[in-house]
Amino acid sequence: MPDDLAIHAHGVTRIYKAKPDPVTALGGVDLDVAPGEYFGLLGPNGAGKTTLIKILTTLLLPTSGTARIAGFDVVNETAKIRRVINMVSGGEQSGYGLLTSREQLWMFSQFYGLPNREGWRKVDELIEITGLTEQRDQKVRTLSTGQRQKLNFARGLLNDPWVLFLDEPTLGLDVAAARDLREHTLAWKAAALGRTLLLTTHYMVEAEQLCDRIAIVDRGKILALGTPEELRRRVQAESIFRIDLDRLPQNGGIAAIGSLPGVLSAVRVDEENDDAAGSDRIVLKVALADDSALTSVVTAVADRGSHLVGLAKSEPSLEDVFVELVGRGFGDEDGGEPAS
Amino acid sequence: MSRYGSVTATSPQEAAEWSTGRVVRSNLRAVVGRAYPRIIGLTREPSWLFFEIVLPFLAVSAFVFVYRALEAPEEFIGFVVLGGAMTAFWLNVVWMMAAQFYWEKDQGNLELYFTAPMHLMSVLAGMAIGGLVMTSSRALAVIGIGSLLYGVTYDIEQPILLAGVFLLTMIPLYGMGMLFASLFLLWGREAFHLAELLQEPIYFLGGVNFPLARLPGAVVGAVMATLPLGVGLDAMRQLAFSSSGVEGVLPVSLEIAILAIMGVLFLIAARMALGYLEHLARREGRLTLRWQ
Repeated sequence: MPDDLAIHAHGVTRIYKAKPDPVTALGGVDLDVAPGEYFGLLGPNGAGKTTLIKILTTLLLPTSGTARIAGFDVVNETAKIRRVINMVSGGEQSGYGLLTSREQLWMFSQFYGLPNREGWRKVDELIEITGLTEQRDQKVRTLSTGQRQKLNFARGLLNDPWVLFLDEPTLGLDVAAARDLREHTLAWKAAALGRTLLLTTHYMVEAEQLCDRIAIVDRGKILALGTPEELRRRVQAESIFRIDLDRLPQNGGIAAIGSLPGVLSAVRVDEENDDAAGSDRIVLKVALADDSALTSVVTAVADRGSHLVGLAKSEPSLEDVFVELVGRGFGDEDGGEPAS
Repeated sequence: MSRYGSVTATSPQEAAEWSTGRVVRSNLRAVVGRAYPRIIGLTREPSWLFFEIVLPFLAVSAFVFVYRALEAPEEFIGFVVLGGAMTAFWLNVVWMMAAQFYWEKDQGNLELYFTAPMHLMSVLAGMAIGGLVMTSSRALAVIGIGSLLYGVTYDIEQPILLAGVFLLTMIPLYGMGMLFASLFLLWGREAFHLAELLQEPIYFLGGVNFPLARLPGAVVGAVMATLPLGVGLDAMRQLAFSSSGVEGVLPVSLEIAILAIMGVLFLIAARMALGYLEHLARREGRLTLRWQ
């Protein structure tokens, strides 16, 4: 039932007026996000991620289709939705530079309807949590990009939102600041049941680290949806392991390993591997129907007089999934669509 | 318990149910919240002192010297000083009310205002109250300096009524600013040209630097029907220089009634314009998205 869902979208389209032709930013999106779920929209610029967030946060009307937040309709029940959501965007310059960090957060707490005393308490709490204690009385315009984004993140939590929208939250941040923000996001989720996150990003690592499920979006359509593991399985059904040995297995060698039950193939690859070149190691690439066959492979290797010196599972990245789905990488946009 | 605390309602559906009292209290808090940066800005933006005191004072001084050279009645000097003080409010309305939503959009604030659980009229009201407090200090400075420097003497028989007329004038004046805030945003970049275009004609038609009654009858009629600055200034001059036989356009009581009606009409118009703006923003997306 849509009312039980944190986010529900069905057949959502959004067409922008443009010359010479209208631009379809969203072409019929279906999406269900359960309460407490961290959901990611992964896609390149112009994929339609931000347009979807604008619709879900009541900033835009869908051209057609329905969308609901916690059961409330985004077209007709905006007031109720705005009481349970918040949104933080990457590169956000909100607020007023002449205010201190503390004052700015308090000002927003008043916009979210917090009583004065509770507002200040919440502000001080979030300033401490996000590590802005030293900047609490510093004017906002003097904050660094990372500090500014932490402040934005704190603003997004002022009203204890049930559904938090993060739109490219780490855009333009350095590695440490981005990691910091991701850790805060996970800590926020862990602190209470039912907190839901919709994250848009074009950083694979971010989506994988934060999200329970991910939708890969391109040109206004969801191309694939699932857990990171499920998505990877779309492009690689089998489990692939790299096995490093001290010597070549005896008694049938690699062919014997390849004929074990559950083993799809076993190939020696150390001649073509740069990191193995010049060493005495034998490197095998073993494809298994599933991970459970690994035990018999390790046993067979030992029975044939070889010692295991390294073992690693070879995983496709989400970018591999994206390339597989759309035939191009994130950086290969053809510019056919405006940023939405 | 994590340091991030926990939500107090048991479900989002429960959290979304607000009583009427809570809605009202929440919007009043939003008014205070938005007024805060303007009031605190009194001490943090010294550049505004130049904008709102020195510039109006220069204009006042020019007219004082012209009137003195022409040996005009001495109360004209007082008229100009009072007009100069009111100029500060007009500048505030044009640049910091009417053009404000446009700037808020550029900063990304407008999106956050739209998605916050408050009515945008609360934001406008906060901007107006904050602007009024901030500008009052500038206006008082213009009156104080001008009066001392040019020896203006006031004859105020009804100070409370004068203060009341001033406050009443502010309602339609800032109501006009609230209306323009939405309209300027709809008109996009043209807003700046419009603000500049409005500035000088309003000085002239509002009778900032001369008695409004000296304008031709038809023009005065149009002013009385549309410009709160002109109506309020005319009434305040009559009350501030009561024994000088000052020439007013209409009796003060009638001007008070006009200001009251204007106040209601401008606030209603501002509310309607805001509703239209929000509808358009959601339908077309071009008003709240920074790059559109």
